[in-house]
Amino acid sequence: MGHAARSGRLSRREALRLGAAAGISIPVLRHSRAGASASGDVTFFSTQFNNVDEAERFRDILGRAYDGNVEFIPGDAGQLATQIRAQVEADRVEINLIGGLHGDLAPLAADGLLEDLSGVMESLGDRGYADGFLELAMAGGDVPVYIPWMQATYVLAIHNDALETLPSGADVNALTYDQFLEWSAAAREANDGRAVFGLPAGPDGLIHRFIQGYLYPSFTGGQISGFSSPEAVTMWEYFRSLWENCVAASANYSFMQEPLAAGEVLVGWDHVARLIEAPRDDPDAWTFAPAPSGPAGLGFMAILAGVAIPRGAPDQEAATALITALSEPATQLAVLSQNAFFPVVEAEITDDLPPEIQLEATAVAATQSADNAIAALPPVGLGANDAQMSQAFRDAFTAIVLDGNDIAEVLARQAEVIQGLLDEVEAPCWAPDPPSDGGVCRVDAGAPTTTQP
Amino acid sequence: MTTAAVFDVEAGTGRRARWGRLAAPYLLVLPSALFVTLVFGWPIVSGLGDAFTDGGALTLTHWRRMVADQQFWPAVRNTLLLIAVIIPLQFAFAVGMALLLQARPRLSGLYFYIWVVPLAVSDLAAGLVWLSIFADRGYLNSFLDWFGVDLVEWLSYQNTNTMFLAVVVAEIWRATSLVLVIVVAGMQLVPRDYDEAAQVFGASFWQRMRHVVLPQLKPSLQVALILRTILALQTFAVAQALTGENFPLLVGKSYQWTVRLYDQPVGSAFATLLLAIATAFSIAYLWLLRPARGERGGGR
Repeated sequence: MGHAARSGRLSRREALRLGAAAGISIPVLRHSRAGASASGDVTFFSTQFNNVDEAERFRDILGRAYDGNVEFIPGDAGQLATQIRAQVEADRVEINLIGGLHGDLAPLAADGLLEDLSGVMESLGDRGYADGFLELAMAGGDVPVYIPWMQATYVLAIHNDALETLPSGADVNALTYDQFLEWSAAAREANDGRAVFGLPAGPDGLIHRFIQGYLYPSFTGGQISGFSSPEAVTMWEYFRSLWENCVAASANYSFMQEPLAAGEVLVGWDHVARLIEAPRDDPDAWTFAPAPSGPAGLGFMAILAGVAIPRGAPDQEAATALITALSEPATQLAVLSQNAFFPVVEAEITDDLPPEIQLEATAVAATQSADNAIAALPPVGLGANDAQMSQAFRDAFTAIVLDGNDIAEVLARQAEVIQGLLDEVEAPCWAPDPPSDGGVCRVDAGAPTTTQP
Repeated sequence: MTTAAVFDVEAGTGRRARWGRLAAPYLLVLPSALFVTLVFGWPIVSGLGDAFTDGGALTLTHWRRMVADQQFWPAVRNTLLLIAVIIPLQFAFAVGMALLLQARPRLSGLYFYIWVVPLAVSDLAAGLVWLSIFADRGYLNSFLDWFGVDLVEWLSYQNTNTMFLAVVVAEIWRATSLVLVIVVAGMQLVPRDYDEAAQVFGASFWQRMRHVVLPQLKPSLQVALILRTILALQTFAVAQALTGENFPLLVGKSYQWTVRLYDQPVGSAFATLLLAIATAFSIAYLWLLRPARGERGGGR
């Protein structure tokens, strides 16, 4: 309990610093515009790599991969939306290229603020993008509106000290959620009653992905279709017990690598790019493992980032050239080894990668190749409602786990909220829920485990 | 200069001059009226439009969504509670400090400057300073540790009361000086004769406060009350820095819906609600502190 808030403080500062950057980025944009006279120069706004070190390493990669000058401006998703909307509406687009997660780009595409990239996609046809990603890149429309840039998923980072309390008979690479809970309790007991497991449930943490892509698929087989099913009630009861064995400051954690590196947390689940700093100093002391499996299988979430061109952006040839450079296998591997996002094109992962990347790559491969793996996507086709969908899951978490409200009641209420969001944009179901055959996805349509063999 | 103007008018350059004299105040006010309309009026109108319309049609959908937010009522409660606790404390502190200054102790000028330092600190910076005090491994806990007090998680989501206390303390530190400046300015306008007369007649300190000082300070207090209440409704950065989203406030919700959830209409609904609350408070203050009948006509 005690060793809590240092990283809570750091991460909150981080968030506030990002907010402060909003004020800075506008003058920077103006400036770059004034200086960008030579053809081939690109202003690249990205919601990814907005940590100072990540941004610096990515600028290096850009410098090596692309001949022209790239002004790389990281910011948060709110800034991206505000700036692109304002610039396109004023018909004075100054940003040539934008990069973001599917969920950042989809709302812009839904409002027609992104260029049709069919031509670019065609020219990159031989890079070997996964079909699922190509479909996502259409953001619910008929043409690609972004080009897949890089992908990521979530794994467990485990300090080897914690392995001593691993329940007997449990394989760290094939844990069940029950074993995971047992382990968290044993580890807590071994540490004078102070928990050592942690989850990123702070304001900028990704706890909603843990619920959407890990707990729900693992317990119910779906994400939406079994939202308030009996299996889901069991799942939330489980989550309450697990939370009791998590460090209390989990409610403030944004990036798990901070409390992990500080030793406040020994076992943490998070996005691969948010764990990578933890083992950097002493890779031998760490183990990375797939998330646990539940009664329905090993649910895991695949995250996709893409690059897009704002509608009416100047110098689109340069932007296209930069997209091409970003999708070179060599560039993709450089991003992996520097910033821990995995390639979306065919690229061989070699042994000369940094040890912490190899730790992660092993866990990612083990996740994807598990027999009982259930691949889940972050909400697809939600457009402008994407963030609210995440919030709906977070609200359920707050109400059930933090505030201790009645599970069935909360789920019934949140089911209505979620159905409202789906109806508003007429979103069909996405993996791992069974296809809704063109219709709007229905909450509680019946999870695959209960309706399908 | 004034006499010359009066003579001009009286010399009968006629109706035009009188017209010009009548129009002059309006002409002088015009630039600022235009400025206010453009910079405040337009955003308010467009915000109201956002909050009440959807695709051009009038709707209450955004308001329903706002109320359905599970943090809506806690946010309303916290916002009002914050005002109810902070404002009286700040006024008590500010009046007390102003009276101390008026007693002209040695170095009173220096005290004044020290007391208004928080006014110069940005609210975000103030929030971060207090975060370093209230954090689990912050200065406060280190201090308590000396006395063998066990670690207190002041800002944990489980301790709503200490979270509230932290925000109150930080806000009082940060914003009392604003009230102080207004009250000190108000006190300098109050002639000392009244107070001295009351002393001669043997009025006690509290009697003088109640019947001499506070009534004379009323106009300044009214301004300070309105300003502080509006600013307290806008408490954002301090609460955000200290508590993240664990201590919801209406402004924070407006920010969350606009920036994080990409739903500007609902964010505008929150902002409109705040505007309504602020307007209601201002009208209430103006009415409650209106001059009583006998008080009028003292000066011009």
